[in-house]
Amino acid sequence: MDRDALEMRPDAAADWPDRIYAVLKAQNITQVALVPDAGHSRLIKRCLADNAITVVTLTTEEEGIALLSGAWMGGVKGVLLMQSSGVGNCINMLSLPILHRTPMPMIVTMRGDYGEFNPAQIPMGNATQTVLEAMGTLVRRADVPEDVEACVDATIRMAFNTYRPTATLLGQRLIGAKTFGKD
Amino acid sequence: MLAASGKLDRRAVVNALLADRGDLLVIAGLGAPAWDITAAGDCPTNLPLWGGMGGAAVMGLGLALAQPTRRVLVITGDGEALMGLGALATIATKQPPNLSIVVLDNEHYGETGGQETATKHGVDLAAIARGAGIADARTITTPDGIAPLREAIHTAAGPTLAVIKIDAANLPLKLPPREGAYLAARFREAILGPQAHHQL
Ligand SMILES: Cc1ncc(C[n+]2csc(CCOP(=O)(O)OP(=O)(O)O)c2C)c(N)n1
Ligand SMILES: [Mg+2]
Repeated sequence: MDRDALEMRPDAAADWPDRIYAVLKAQNITQVALVPDAGHSRLIKRCLADNAITVVTLTTEEEGIALLSGAWMGGVKGVLLMQSSGVGNCINMLSLPILHRTPMPMIVTMRGDYGEFNPAQIPMGNATQTVLEAMGTLVRRADVPEDVEACVDATIRMAFNTYRPTATLLGQRLIGAKTFGKD
Repeated sequence: MLAASGKLDRRAVVNALLADRGDLLVIAGLGAPAWDITAAGDCPTNLPLWGGMGGAAVMGLGLALAQPTRRVLVITGDGEALMGLGALATIATKQPPNLSIVVLDNEHYGETGGQETATKHGVDLAAIARGAGIADARTITTPDGIAPLREAIHTAAGPTLAVIKIDAANLPLKLPPREGAYLAARFREAILGPQAHHQL
């Protein structure tokens, strides 16, 4: 990948997006809310191609918190996909899942986190974990491919088993990771 | 159904919309709309919101997509709707046939002291909804619009949005239960049965 690109995406050969998709399927996730991020593009493609998953493209990430609250009321399990800047858009809306004890798993691709090139990504990237935790979210990080599947699985399980917002942060080091020899 | 001002009375309107509601699921935006649905009769198929300003309509979308065989109604204020205008695009894109949105438009932020909202200055929420792609978006100013709207809430084939111009008076508080966990659990149980509280 190009470290100086405005958007960063995993190398085509990185298979952790497919493993996230497999976790979503195993956990019976059928509603996926998102504002696109390049780091999520492969996962988004997989979800869009799946007739059993309703993908809702949002105008702002906070809609996803409200949307998935409604889905949960109706007995449907969802996840919210976004980049770290989108976490800032969600802050007050996270009141809803706390108030209602609603499972709210989020999978966040980090920017402004490791080797960032765009100065505008630094403020929110640097604050992402703090802000989520300030709003009662259980946060786990995956910085290497080997951790992604377990982290996302734990994030979804903790949300639905313990009724609260949870998040996996996918580190920028991971998203930018080279898979030498595979691509 | 009219207040002394000659404008529609919000409580009378909500009572009429919720008459013989059957198993209609109702989400109300924070503040006065939540008090209005409570005044019409608190029940498990009501989810009055205490916060999440700007999120009511899109919460209705999540529910409508999850429960395609149930009718879902979101009743909210003009201020709350204005905070989540993007939701109209999100909803229009999904075209849920079972979702209706009613905006009780008093052209003010009533709950916070009666400051003017953008609708007071001509912003037309129904036109915005139509522009987004919600074809059935109407503005109602007189009692004769209410019965057809009630009918649409139960039978329309696409998403609907109605802006109802109402009297701006703040009415006596009629508070629903405040415990969100209780409100959510009873709402889920009303939809899903006792299974609501077990693993999905
Ligand atoms: C994010 C956020 N901003 C501001 C408020 C304060 N607030 C509570 S109710 C309200 C006004 C709601 O106006 P409207 O939806 O038009 O309802 P009305 O009382 O006029 O019927 C505001 C601004 C809030 N609760 N949350
Ligand atoms: Mg108002």
